Order: sequence, then structure tokens, then C-alpha cells
Amino acid sequence: MHLKALRAALPHTLPVLTGYLFLGLAYGVLMRAAGFPVWMTALCSTLIYAGSMQYAALPLLSAFDPAGAFLLSLMINARHLFYGLSMLGPYSGTGKKKPYLIFALTDETFSVNVSARPPEGVDRGWFLFYVSLLDQLYWVAASAAGAVLGGALPFDTKGIEFVMTALFVTIFTGQWLDHADHRPALVGLGASAACLLVFGAQRFILPAMALITVLLLCLRPAGGKAPKEGQET
Amino acid sequence: MSVQKELCIIGLIALGTALTRFAPFLLFSGRKVPPVMRDLGGMLPCAAMGLLVVYCLKDLSFAAPPYGLPELIAVAATAALYCFRRNVLLSIGGGTALYMLLVRFVFVQ
Repeated sequence: MHLKALRAALPHTLPVLTGYLFLGLAYGVLMRAAGFPVWMTALCSTLIYAGSMQYAALPLLSAFDPAGAFLLSLMINARHLFYGLSMLGPYSGTGKKKPYLIFALTDETFSVNVSARPPEGVDRGWFLFYVSLLDQLYWVAASAAGAVLGGALPFDTKGIEFVMTALFVTIFTGQWLDHADHRPALVGLGASAACLLVFGAQRFILPAMALITVLLLCLRPAGGKAPKEGQET
Repeated sequence: MSVQKELCIIGLIALGTALTRFAPFLLFSGRKVPPVMRDLGGMLPCAAMGLLVVYCLKDLSFAAPPYGLPELIAVAATAALYCFRRNVLLSIGGGTALYMLLVRFVFVQ
């Protein structure tokens, strides 16, 4: 049963392998360049297991700001709330595997698990589990390999830190193209840039998050009810 | 920063990340999602991504050479690549390659 589920899951994870290899290697290289030991890179990939967050965490590991780090992790990973809502059904009935399935819910694993149909005779729960497990193994292995090889890569890695900016810009652009209402994206950019100017690079994150939250709440349609005819507002 | 402090930060980030994953299962199994949560949760991913882009560029200086040009050019190229081909890896790879070329050969310090 396990072997069948694993063999069924493997092909679905190959695109994820490609992506994680690239991003994970680069992450490992960056961690090493920043002076962190290989075990710490592997630890982050095992415990945090969130690509964009792990990249964003690099600067967080140099200036000790526990509240900022925690709040940033909630906000950067907020999209996971939607993944969870989508998987309430598919992940039900998976028994003891469920906590791991939820823990390992990355963008890529979500996209595979939310749409994949395991073949006949393959246990659905174990299929979902092996997709999740394989994806995390790729990620941990790639980041550890990057951290180990970092110094020994045959080419000069100057400028590779841009891969993190490129990742976020790509995701941002994808969201822009997929959403007709650009106001939340603009609020994110604008409020952050404004707070950056006012508070400086080291201290703008918390004010930016507060300002974004306030502005987004203002963007919500008021009450959802239309005003009555003739009513004073 | 000491190893203990680093581990503390890693733990907090792991906790925050895990919370965002588990929250829907802990809170909403079978119950309705409150409208505030739903609205905010719909808008937050886009806004958070905007914050992240600014976060990546926070140390750019427009006052001194190279005036942030390598980053701005590469950001524009990354976004344009994605608009044209809708391929995540191509955009990331292409944008990063361009940046690495720019800082090595064009905007040499």
C-alpha cells in the first residue's frame, strides 16, 4: 500500500523537485554566505518549511526582534489560511497523517494536493502524505546541499541574493495578473514604502503591517448592506 | 547574534508559520468563516507580497551610484518575463541572471 502510494505520488512531485532544487540550493548558498552552519539551514528547512519565509528570515537572524519576526511570519504566510480552508475537505479522514499534511502545506504541495486524483486502488491519504513528504525531502536536501557546496561552487555567486527579490516579484506579478482589484497590492506597496521612508529600513515592518491592516479594513465594503432610500449617512 | 537567539527566532518563525497552516483546521472545521476574516484573508496575500517586495529593496539608495539601477532593472525584467511567459522558474532565473550580469559587468563598483 505504501509503495503503491509512493509510486503514484512521485510523478506529481517532479515539477516541484525542479523548483525546490533551484530555490533550495540558492537558499542554502545564501545561508552559508551569511555564516550560518549547515545544520541550521537543514533545521530551518525542516521546522519552518516555507520558501519565501525562509528567505525573508535571513535578515531576521541578525537583528534580534522576536515580536517582529513572529508577526512577519504570520503576515507573510497568511495565504496558508486559504490553503487550509481549501483542504478542510480533502484532508478529512486522513487520521494520524493529518497533522503532518497540514504542517507541510506549502504553495507547491497545496497546488498538487488540491487538484490531484490518486489512481485506482491507491490510498488517498497516503498519496497526499507522500506528495507532502517528497516535497519536503527535496527542499531539505536542496538547501542542505546548497549550504554544503556554497563555497565550492565553481562559479562566482555574486548577485545571487537577488533570487529572493525575483521570487517575491514573480509571485507579486502573478497575483497582480490574477486579481482585477489591484488596491490591496497597491496598499501593500504604498504603505510599506511610506513606512520605509518614515521609519527607516530597520524599523518599518511593524508600522507597515499595522498601516496595511487598517487600510485593508477600510477597503472592505461597509456592512454589506445597501443604505435605505432617503436615509442620512 | 548568539546561537540561542537564532534558535529562538527560528522557533518563533516556525511557530508563526505553523499557526497559519493549522488555524483553519482548528477554527473552522464545519463552522462558518466570519466575514471580516474572509475579506481580510482575501486581500492580505496581495498586500503581504507588496510588503515583501519593498522589504527586499529596503536598502536601496537612490542618492549614490549605482542609484539602485541594477535592482530596478532586474525587478522590471523579472515582472515582464512573468507577464510574457507565465513561468515562475524562467522569471526568477532570468531576472537573477540579469542582475548578476549587471552587477558584474555594467554597474561595476
